[in-house]
Amino acid sequence: MTTTREPELSIQELERVTIRFAGDSGDGMQLTGSQFTRTAAVFGNDISTLPDFPAEIRAPAGSLPGVSGFQISFSSTDIHTPGDQPDVLVAMNPAALKTNIVDLPPGGALIVNSDAFTQANLNKAAYATNPLTDGSLKAFTTFEIPISTLNERSLDGLDMTSKQKDLTKNFFALGIMFWLYERSMEPTIEWIDQKFAARPVIAEANKRALKAGYAFGETTELFHTHYRVKPAHLAPGTYRNITGNEATALGFLAASKLADRPLFYGSYPITPASDILHQLSGYKAFGVKTFQAEDEIAAIGAAIGASYGGALGLTASSGPGIALKTEAMGLAVMVELPLVIVDVQRAGPSTGMPTKNEQADLLQVMFGRNSDSPLPIVAPATPGECFDMAIEAWRIALHYMTPVVYLSDAFLATGSEPWRIPAVSDLPQIGVRDAVAGDGPFQPYLRDPDTLARPWAVPGTAGLEHRIGGLEKADVTGNVSYDPDNHHRMQLLRQAKVAGIARDIAPLEVFGPERGELLILGWGSTYGAIRSAVERLQADGRSVAHAQLRHLNPFPANTEAVLRSYERVLIPEVNLGQLLLLIRARYLIDAVGYDRVRGKPFRIAEIVDEAERLLEEGGA
Amino acid sequence: MTADVNGHGDTSTTPQAAQPALSPENERVLQLTRKDFVSDQEVRWCPGCGDYSILAQTQKVMPDFGYPRENIVFISGIGCSGRLPYYMNTFGFHSIHGRAPTLATGLKAARPDLMVWVITGDGDALSIGGNHVLHSMRRNVDFNLVMFNNRIYGLTKGQASPTSEFGKRTKSTPMGSVDTPIMPLTIALAAEASLVARSVDTHTEHLQGTLERAGRHHGSAFVEVLQNCNIFNDGAWRDFTDREVREDRMLILEHGAPMIFGKDRDKGIRLNGLHPEVVTIGQDGVTESDLLVHDETAEDPYLALVLSRMFWPEFPVPVGVLRATSRPTHDRLIEDQLAAAVARSGQGDLESVLRGGETWTVE
Repeated sequence: MTTTREPELSIQELERVTIRFAGDSGDGMQLTGSQFTRTAAVFGNDISTLPDFPAEIRAPAGSLPGVSGFQISFSSTDIHTPGDQPDVLVAMNPAALKTNIVDLPPGGALIVNSDAFTQANLNKAAYATNPLTDGSLKAFTTFEIPISTLNERSLDGLDMTSKQKDLTKNFFALGIMFWLYERSMEPTIEWIDQKFAARPVIAEANKRALKAGYAFGETTELFHTHYRVKPAHLAPGTYRNITGNEATALGFLAASKLADRPLFYGSYPITPASDILHQLSGYKAFGVKTFQAEDEIAAIGAAIGASYGGALGLTASSGPGIALKTEAMGLAVMVELPLVIVDVQRAGPSTGMPTKNEQADLLQVMFGRNSDSPLPIVAPATPGECFDMAIEAWRIALHYMTPVVYLSDAFLATGSEPWRIPAVSDLPQIGVRDAVAGDGPFQPYLRDPDTLARPWAVPGTAGLEHRIGGLEKADVTGNVSYDPDNHHRMQLLRQAKVAGIARDIAPLEVFGPERGELLILGWGSTYGAIRSAVERLQADGRSVAHAQLRHLNPFPANTEAVLRSYERVLIPEVNLGQLLLLIRARYLIDAVGYDRVRGKPFRIAEIVDEAERLLEEGGA
Repeated sequence: MTADVNGHGDTSTTPQAAQPALSPENERVLQLTRKDFVSDQEVRWCPGCGDYSILAQTQKVMPDFGYPRENIVFISGIGCSGRLPYYMNTFGFHSIHGRAPTLATGLKAARPDLMVWVITGDGDALSIGGNHVLHSMRRNVDFNLVMFNNRIYGLTKGQASPTSEFGKRTKSTPMGSVDTPIMPLTIALAAEASLVARSVDTHTEHLQGTLERAGRHHGSAFVEVLQNCNIFNDGAWRDFTDREVREDRMLILEHGAPMIFGKDRDKGIRLNGLHPEVVTIGQDGVTESDLLVHDETAEDPYLALVLSRMFWPEFPVPVGVLRATSRPTHDRLIEDQLAAAVARSGQGDLESVLRGGETWTVE
């Protein structure tokens, strides 16, 4: 975005704009961002969002750790990421300015709530001098607006304390942005009316704040331009805005319908997975049973119990919780029951940075169990794709009688994009075969010759009475066995069953030339940054392709062939090289990694730079 | 005890699918005998282990409940007790250490039609799995938890368990355990188990009666079975369970009856303030009317808590049902919410949920 200094109001057309709202965690920045997102989505822009909030619910007001941000990129063309850098930064206080200004490029627009730049707030943000007056913001086009004062004035006569009035100032800021980008206030006004139906004074205050901000944009001499971002040319269909966690929950609900089996969700609250529990607990009219367990172990234990009883046993957590579930995951591998374990990854070992992004649990879910204990792993690449991969996870779990890990992450979970709503009739059916009693004694480990799946023999069917457990079983009969050769055979069978899934999953798709100098291989939420980087490199005439793995165990059957079609393979990951390790070990291919673990998604430019560096180095 | 076990067995107020309606198809249920519940697996406990009797009594009472075999599930954790499901010709799941109540909770929630038993030990239930016992009891999950208490870790060959005596010398505590033992029934009561009972492995009739009570109860039943590990802790309960002394050293609880014990039926339990005391009928003017009368259905848990704290040698050890109360079960409450959701908004429709919230159409 460029700001012009023409005396008259002009309209400038832009392809893409990225805005970051930043303020105190009590300032309602997530709400402001999501309202702007809805409005842009309904208008028809392509969008991508990145909420960035602290783990503290209410860190001390005005403090640096208490800053909460929400970035939205909206565009008239297809976009894949929430933008590397904002074009506009809205900073509601000095702390928000301090923590976010580093990302604003020179020439970027900065809107600050000048009322918040008091000495006390400057101190809390560790500013020695006031950045509004010390010249340090010279590189930016800065708009100092006394948002608090203007907002409070607009609420004159309402029966509210001034503290309550101050809480509505985010709507004033939103109003300014709506004017600046030619957005309708209607969706937000409707939302306010609905949300505060029981509290008419609050509703009135929020609406007045919003309208006052909009009017301020319109009447003030401060802004000389407003900006137009036309709707994007998305594929025909009906769309909604969706976060990864929402799409995940909907995907599981759909899987339950497609498999015609009830969904049972066992879960213990953990960031950033808890929203899946909140959402699924609202689907009781679908027969979905949710169980908030006493701990992570009970959550997966109950899910295994439900699967044993013929339901779709599901559990979700994040890395620390997955660590606790590990033993039970091994049990599910041993008893070969269908089960889906969601890991919404977050940053760091131990408690780490709970609200920040990372994709560093791949090796944990791949290997983090005693003995050889293989299970399939799937990983959605975008918020919308979470829906499809949730169904895919259940297809594999049911078809192969196995626990499946579904790897999401904080970026996917809370980020959003427009999602073309599928027709239920277009969704894949998931066939489930019930075990039937034969003449002789039931053989719980007699496998299907194609899939190597054992039968799902649920209690309640006469003739199927049998015992299973974590002890090694004799092949076919399932009786406890310590026979050395049997154990070897069973280990191979469990491994072969999971490896065989490679025949039954979509091949690895390549975006770009089928052969060439460089392939950038990714998995999970790095999709958007890699795809955008590859688009740029290709536009520059570079011989670069992109492939994103959705199946991490087993890999698609054509993976090696794809990798060998390029002189070099670059694997960018938000970890210290986990997929890289697997690829190198599995295929003896000299792939190189590119790692950035800052609790944030990749920037497009970083990947472009790294790719160019490799291309200049030449072939391996 | 067996004679009157069914007198107040059904304490449920909520209708449950406990007894399948008798149809010609279910006639076979009536034909079931103990033998039908014996699996083809060779029993592999040490000769002389108390577990044999618990298994035998369990198989014996199983036909009485009116459930077809395929609707009964035994779930266990790790330890010697964990093997029991292999020997029951029902559905069985030998899970992982301490977690059997979690599997049972999920299974029962998904399948309220099943009869679920949890088989566990003192280490499995009260050490590694303590948390799950606590929470499954307070949820009133409709399963019957039978805890084999031998005050020792048997399968790992003789370490102290959470019920081992203070000062107990074991392989892991050569100078004596420094841990105060847990009182299992006090824990069960504090966790709001709706049926709390105790029996002894060798008291076969009493054990059958107690298992019957648990099996007929709707809600979380916690049954402690004092069990002898003749290899690593032989004679753990002998001081009061042996045939010659048990009448004088154990108190058989009967609902509505005064707490009388002793070979000559002349000893009793009286409450002195908050404390129980042993008295002799006929001495110091004590009559039967001075004695505590057992009321297992009492709304408040205080009497049961007093009983749960009474132990040899200070007191005769109470056996039988300490508490049997009624409240809605976990699976029933879940089902009720599902039904209420459907009543409010109709059967869920996937198409409309997918299209929920704000949508827009691109032509």
